[in-house]
Amino acid sequence: MAGPTESVVRDPGLALPPPAAAAGVVGWVRQSLFSSPLNAVLTFLALYVLYVALPPAIRWAFIDADWVGTTREACHREGACWVFIRVWFERLMYGLYPEAEIWRINVGYAVFVVAGALLFVPRFRWKPWVAAFLLVVYPVIAFLLFVGGTFTVSFVSLAVGLALVGGTVVRFWPAFREHAWSAGWRRAYPVFVGAAVAWLVLGDRLAGGAPMAVSVRPWPLVETRLWGGLFITLVIAAVGIVGSLPLGIFLALGRRSHMPVIRAICVAFIEVWRGVPLITVLFMASNMFPLFMPEGVNLDKLLRALLGVAIFASAYMAEVIRGGLQAIPKGQYEAAAALGLGYWRMTGLVVMPQALKIVIPGIVNNFIGLFKDTTLVLVIGLFDFLGMAQAASSDAHWIGFSMEGYVFTGFGFWIFCFGMSRYSQRLERRLHTGR
Amino acid sequence: MSVTLPPSTPVGEPPARPPAWQDPRLRALAFQALALAAVMGVGVFIVTNTMANLSKQGIASGFGFFRTTAGFGISMRLIDYAENQSYLRAFLVGLINTLVVSAIGIVVATLLGFLLGIMRLSRNWLVARLAAAYVEIVRNLPLLLQLFFWYFAILRQLPGPRQSVTVLGAFFLNNRGLFSPRPVAEPGFAVLPVALGVAVLAAAVLARWARRRRDLTGEQFRTVWASLAILIGLPLAAAAATSFPLHWEYPELQGFNFVGGMELIPEFVALAFSLSIYTAAFIGEIVRAGILGVSRGQTEAAQALGLPRGRLLRLVVVPQALRIIIPPLTSQYLNLTKNSSLAAAIAYPDLVLVFAGTVLMQTGQAVEIIAVTMAVYLTISLVISLCMNLYNRRIALVDR
Repeated sequence: MAGPTESVVRDPGLALPPPAAAAGVVGWVRQSLFSSPLNAVLTFLALYVLYVALPPAIRWAFIDADWVGTTREACHREGACWVFIRVWFERLMYGLYPEAEIWRINVGYAVFVVAGALLFVPRFRWKPWVAAFLLVVYPVIAFLLFVGGTFTVSFVSLAVGLALVGGTVVRFWPAFREHAWSAGWRRAYPVFVGAAVAWLVLGDRLAGGAPMAVSVRPWPLVETRLWGGLFITLVIAAVGIVGSLPLGIFLALGRRSHMPVIRAICVAFIEVWRGVPLITVLFMASNMFPLFMPEGVNLDKLLRALLGVAIFASAYMAEVIRGGLQAIPKGQYEAAAALGLGYWRMTGLVVMPQALKIVIPGIVNNFIGLFKDTTLVLVIGLFDFLGMAQAASSDAHWIGFSMEGYVFTGFGFWIFCFGMSRYSQRLERRLHTGR
Repeated sequence: MSVTLPPSTPVGEPPARPPAWQDPRLRALAFQALALAAVMGVGVFIVTNTMANLSKQGIASGFGFFRTTAGFGISMRLIDYAENQSYLRAFLVGLINTLVVSAIGIVVATLLGFLLGIMRLSRNWLVARLAAAYVEIVRNLPLLLQLFFWYFAILRQLPGPRQSVTVLGAFFLNNRGLFSPRPVAEPGFAVLPVALGVAVLAAAVLARWARRRRDLTGEQFRTVWASLAILIGLPLAAAAATSFPLHWEYPELQGFNFVGGMELIPEFVALAFSLSIYTAAFIGEIVRAGILGVSRGQTEAAQALGLPRGRLLRLVVVPQALRIIIPPLTSQYLNLTKNSSLAAAIAYPDLVLVFAGTVLMQTGQAVEIIAVTMAVYLTISLVISLCMNLYNRRIALVDR
């Protein structure tokens, strides 16, 4: 039986290479571009679209463009006038922030980038501390840097604050030394938050008018009405996302609560904010918040916008987190209950860490949406990245350059959003949470 | 020798009730009462402050302003409106403008989105890449930026009416907007809608009959072609019988602008266009995910049964893909409707610009106006999600 079949299979001489038309470049072109008459027509149609769109765009943006110069006269108006962007670059980035103070924003960026980059170093031991720094200490630093002016810290609140922080360090030193990071951090975190918040919010109120106080004025005050450009876009997006996270977590928990009143309150809150456009929320923040406040309390325009954005974003965040909570199997709750954990410890130690891990991609997607939505603040008179470009192209001396402004800001937004969406897709694959 | 149990744990009796502050039910009640009190406290705080502030600024409250004369013009109105009419009328004009631009956006975005989703799954490499590039570019740019781009950088830069961009000799695009032919009904036009209604009814009856016959005898009937013939033929026959009571009015250049035809203001064109383009990118991704979500085994099983490609798609793939597509599609429709409020940024007279903008400026009654605006959007959202949920329930998987 060792007949012909075996010899046929084994004879290497008979294993012919694929026909030339099915392999290599030719094969690929035939397979993926001209596999049927319809496909061939579609290919030619697509090529035509590219031919119509690409060459003029490239000619406009690069070949015919004017790159050097400092005035409008440097542009021949045959292609793009990138001189416009060069002249307005600082405004587009920092708004009307005084030129001499721009280093403060850059220092703020640098600290953030360094700390953020550390989070991406694989197997970096201090990650929880870096994260805690970014969430708790960094906002304070950023506030001091960006706003500036005179800081008065009374000795009483200084003492109280130092005692709190010192106490925290002493209390968690053992965990710290034994490298029991997660456990130590988990317990240290709320105390840290409490300490920082207490120090900043209550410290000086309690010691109000205390005679002995240190007053520093390291750099002048920059009012928020001078903020603008990409800087304010980043501030609004960052505050929106960080502010909406805790509120979103509580709303999501409330929506899944067994207590009908709590559930009703949370459902109503979430659905109302999700049902209305951000513009109306911003209108409300700018027109109605001042009415809600008692006399004499005057909220800054930026602060009002931040509040509106954070409230709006928290409703969306709550729905993302609810998705994560629903994905946690019932057994996890039951196991936690069997261990004798109460509601808060069950949520904080067992359920929420797992749920948040699942929804990280969702949170990133939310952030992308929020980042794009920050452009709406120009409706209430804040000059964000896009708003600045709009203002620049309506400057009397530079009228008619809106296209350049939009292409440049569009490029900026696109880099951020595309980068984040790629990152979220990678996370999704790595965490195996994709569908 | 008798064993006496300690008196504190009597046998056969339930354990002592925990103290009140440890009883879960009592705690839940207390907690809810506390939350309710907190919410009401915030409410009272806001209301009292608002009342005090309003009375100090001398701003009236209540909804009486709806009857006051508006006194401002609106550039696009689909119902009669003049400056001497009331705020209520202005509100309605704005509301209708919002609804119209949203409806058109939804229709165009759906068509374009389905096309994109199918293009991305095409076996043609170039077509798939082109669609992917479109999606990645469009959905990573803020909608407001796109709106500004189309409005300020494209439409406003167009030449005047005399140098209009002309398409097919009937559509004229210039910096005053888009001018297109307008259908004008002549006497006897009422026959057409009636004929269309009869045709729809007839097609429905036919489909019913065909299905029953198929169930009974197994014989197939070409329902689709037959219904199409009825739907097109009957109105056409009616129109021919009444010697076509409809003509097109073409826009004509007179002096410095076009007269006649249908005029769409540039704000409307820019808004409808960018809403459709933006949302289509998201819908494309949803459609792609929906079609990929139908398991391969389903397609293979259908092929094994010998279904031709058309029926394979119509009977097996599309119904299952729709089940995945509908819920996220609903939220895209909601987003589009809410995003139509960006109109305010380019001065398209929608609800937000007319009502929450101009009327708010003139009356100063921020509380009532913002509340009404939000309520309108909430209602629209609820109605859209109700319709889509009903449709979703109809096509949902029925366990048998």
